Amino acid sequence: MIPLQAALIALVAAGALAVVLTRSAVRLALMSSLYGLVLVVFFLVLQAPDVALSELVVGVVGFPLVILVAAAVERGR
Amino acid sequence: MSRSFRIGLFGASAAALAALMLWSVAGLPAFGQYHHEYGRILNASAPSERHVTNVVAAVVFDYRGFDTLGEEFILFAAVMGIALLLREVNERRPQPRDDVGSDALRLLGVGFAAGLLVLGLYVVAHGYLTPGGGFQGGVVVASAFLLLYLAAGYRAFHALTPRSGVDFAGSTGAGGYAVIGIVSMLLGAAFLHNFGPLGTPGTLASGGSIAFLNVASALEVSAAFVLLYTEFLEELAAVRS
Repeated sequence: MIPLQAALIALVAAGALAVVLTRSAVRLALMSSLYGLVLVVFFLVLQAPDVALSELVVGVVGFPLVILVAAAVERGR
Repeated sequence: MSRSFRIGLFGASAAALAALMLWSVAGLPAFGQYHHEYGRILNASAPSERHVTNVVAAVVFDYRGFDTLGEEFILFAAVMGIALLLREVNERRPQPRDDVGSDALRLLGVGFAAGLLVLGLYVVAHGYLTPGGGFQGGVVVASAFLLLYLAAGYRAFHALTPRSGVDFAGSTGAGGYAVIGIVSMLLGAAFLHNFGPLGTPGTLASGGSIAFLNVASALEVSAAFVLLYTEFLEELAAVRS
């Protein structure tokens, strides 16, 4: 389990950096969704399925949608 | 402020912050080695005291039920704020158009949405038996409606989530949670103290009032997220038209 956890921690760190460095809003929505998915796997590996489920619905679906709509509204103006 | 002074100020404060963070990280228990007494006591006592198999649900809806009440109302107030900001503007706008062309996509998407709805209801219903519960299941249910919007368009989404129904479900869930707490007081216990028959562990009929609080929070959360999605999608449609 230790190598898996180490690999996931590295992925989470890389993902967080990628989210921060993303400039375009549409890409940010996709990137934060992907980052949420990495966090879901991380929480699952750490045996926290309740937290993983919350992250799945809020981090992968809800939050990126809000960004996506905000980006579309901004583009429409 | 000159540029070099600002860089110096940033450098000094960043170094101080880094030192503080390193200090706090050094004081943390080793990774995966955190065994606090609270978790040990709950794991040992919750299954026999509350007849639930998911201890997290016992913490959220029982031992720390009052915290969850606060969280419910945070979500309620946040979504109400979004509705207040966006709804007034939206009422003067035309209804969004349906722009889903492919029949195959519609059929497949609606099928997935139905499956997701059942999964959400399952996650809610088994919240105190397996991982999940009112919050997680509630958002999955709301996501099923979002998938319906993506697959079948706004009219289908709107027809299945009438505004009055969503508002009613949301306020019933939020208010119902508080009412269940008051029922505890009427029965002579503390606010939100568990009441009712505890039932058989591992079955749906277990956990006493945890089951009711679970359903109340599921109602509130699913309605809040459907409302959130509705307001944002209408905003999107208004910009497009």
